[in-house]
Amino acid sequence: MSQSRGIWIERNYELCSGCRRCEIVCSLYHEGKIWPEASRIRIFMLVPGVEIPHLCFQCEDYPCIEVCPAEALSVNNQTGAVEVNVSKCTGCSLCIGACPGKVPHMHPEKNHIIICNLCGGNPKCVEVCQEGKWNALKLTSRKKDFSYKALAKTPEELTIETAKKLFGEEIAKEVWK
Amino acid sequence: MRGYAEKFLEIDLSTKNIKEIKFPEEILHDYIGGRGLATKILWDRLGRKWETIDPFSPENILLVFTGPLTGYFPGTKVCISGKSPQSNGVIGSTLAGEFGIDLKCAGYDGLIITGKAEKPSYIFICDEQVEIKDATPIWGKKARETLQFLVKKSIENIKKIKPNYGEVKEPSILYIGPAGENKTRVAAVVAKYAHGAGYGGYGGVMGSKNLKAIIAKGFGPLPEVHNKEKVIELFNQISRKNFEEMEKFRRWGTGKAGYEVGAETSAEPVRNWQEEWHDEKSFKGEEFDKYWIKKYWGDFGCPVTCLKLAVLKNGNFKGAICDNPDYELEAYLGTNLGIFTPEDNIYLSYIINELGLCGIQAGAVLGFAAELYEKRILSKEELNGIELKWGNIQAFAALAEKIACRQGIGDILAEGVYRAAKKIGEMKGIDLSKYAIHEKGVAIGAHGIRSGKDYVTNISYACSVQAGDHTSVAYIPIDHENSELQMIMHDSAVYCFFNTFKLEDAEIFQFYEAVTGWKLNKEEWYKEKALRILQLQRAMLLLGGPDAQWKPKIDDENPPRFWEPLPSGPYKGRMPDRKRFEEDRLEYYRLVGWDENGVPKPETLRKLGLRDVEIKLREVGLIK
Repeated sequence: MSQSRGIWIERNYELCSGCRRCEIVCSLYHEGKIWPEASRIRIFMLVPGVEIPHLCFQCEDYPCIEVCPAEALSVNNQTGAVEVNVSKCTGCSLCIGACPGKVPHMHPEKNHIIICNLCGGNPKCVEVCQEGKWNALKLTSRKKDFSYKALAKTPEELTIETAKKLFGEEIAKEVWK
Repeated sequence: MRGYAEKFLEIDLSTKNIKEIKFPEEILHDYIGGRGLATKILWDRLGRKWETIDPFSPENILLVFTGPLTGYFPGTKVCISGKSPQSNGVIGSTLAGEFGIDLKCAGYDGLIITGKAEKPSYIFICDEQVEIKDATPIWGKKARETLQFLVKKSIENIKKIKPNYGEVKEPSILYIGPAGENKTRVAAVVAKYAHGAGYGGYGGVMGSKNLKAIIAKGFGPLPEVHNKEKVIELFNQISRKNFEEMEKFRRWGTGKAGYEVGAETSAEPVRNWQEEWHDEKSFKGEEFDKYWIKKYWGDFGCPVTCLKLAVLKNGNFKGAICDNPDYELEAYLGTNLGIFTPEDNIYLSYIINELGLCGIQAGAVLGFAAELYEKRILSKEELNGIELKWGNIQAFAALAEKIACRQGIGDILAEGVYRAAKKIGEMKGIDLSKYAIHEKGVAIGAHGIRSGKDYVTNISYACSVQAGDHTSVAYIPIDHENSELQMIMHDSAVYCFFNTFKLEDAEIFQFYEAVTGWKLNKEEWYKEKALRILQLQRAMLLLGGPDAQWKPKIDDENPPRFWEPLPSGPYKGRMPDRKRFEEDRLEYYRLVGWDENGVPKPETLRKLGLRDVEIKLREVGLIK
């Protein structure tokens, strides 16, 4: 396991209110517009009531960076976030396949990938979630010897897991077969 | 002009013709969007023959509109409209959810849906790709199954359109249940679980068009605004006010009202409005809290997140999932049916949602039927073997299913309180109007007028252009925050008015200007724009439809039960004063420019540029 560093956004899926104010502030910060699909954090709601804030898990071995043929991705040494060099990114989408959570997605209008860069250290999504006292997102220091990669899952996997916690095993099967 | 996507989609289900249309800037300037614009379009397209149009015929137009503030103002909604099968007028019926956001991000301000599909269909919109798709596999299916099918199918479709995009977030979905498919007049248009637009009965209008669902997915940004910095400043300012001053509302939503507020105001329907007060502490907010798996639940941009998600994890009704009943449903699917346990109330709300019924309209007709059973006007046999005793949860669930499927007695009750009372009354040869609590065909929201302790007044429903709709009531003075002239602003700019409780009018107008670039002030709104929309709604309400026409003044009346003194509670004996009611009604007519019979005056119409309305009202003899 490589040396851990930087910060990490802890997420408690059961507490997400579905207000999507994180999508608003994220897209305003990065794109200057309210643009849910261009937000680096996306709230998936495959099942109403099971809202999943989905954003980069910052795996300790960064498989997305490994797989990138254009050297467009790099680690920010201070925050531990994945930075996208948009001028190098060819939009090949290999990083999506390499990500255990299938987190990166294409910019909805431009030909490059988008990944959360933790707003350089003060993630807007966390601020707005804390302001509303929802506490679904919290800023933490990255722990050493902890596998963040093990937390990385697809929206559907997280939906099934969270539905079980919220509804109980049996009912969860009913809401997403 | 900013804040608009600047185009609308017109979809003719009969010919499958789909086109983009634009409205002139003056029209958007005057009618804003949502309810206002829907009213204008309905008048322009159907006004001349309004009274001849059956709301369930292909001639009716279904409108799904955002407004310029949708997506920017904290708390989002979308407005559904058309000719209402309940009132035969126009009702702007709003529901929460991200549909309006997706629609605007896809590049459209709204949908104008005409005609009737040949077979069960749904509309699929993904940016510029718009298709009418086959809904046969989900026709007849209830809410949960419909949603799952459509989420999975749509994600597949979107992945085909955007193959290398990455994981695709689900689109927004509006749908109907069996109640809409079977063209009941008590069906809602629904998003998520119980995010319903129930007033108006547009679920049945969708059903009449063979339209099971409308799906929107937008990959673009929201349209540009006039003054971005100002919009952000106001967004933060309004959010902060709501965080700081709405804590109780955030914590409980309107769902603490079933006992606490209901007992305090003594205005909550109990056993079909026979009483408006109860002392059942089993219905306290804390008793509901036990079933919540989400204490704060909301939709796009909302700082308040007043919704709560309720689940029954154990017991006979295990597996029921629903938005926690809000005050309206605690009342209409609770106290109004003699149900006083949260578990039964949540279960019935779940059943109602699964069937695609409106909780208020269906709760009203269930209560009406139960009183007829209590008074031995309807027998167990006539109710198809259902023992419709107060509090009998299984009986109400069974009857709700019959209503949604128009089976047996359900076929009559599916017509809603007003029409069912007429029909059963004719069959029995007795006048049942005293048991039918409605205003111009629309069952009245769960806020009674008798105690005088709720926000509504003696004329609130009687003079409203949306009749029984408790969110849009007549009020003196007409520029008061409770007045429907203010509600026309919320419903036309399309955002959630639960975020406006702590705001001044001016902040809303400032927000409007920051988004659109158009100035608006109180004077202009209440004396001109809102009043213009109100006249159009009033005109179409009075023109009516083939099965019901409302007489001005005579039908601007409270249901007979509201003229009976309250039989119990802290305000026992109270009822509105007849003379005072007549004075207030006349004063209201004067304030909104109607004559002493409640017909818009020619000079009012001329001043507002509505000469064509004057001509039509003369033609049918309303203006003499």
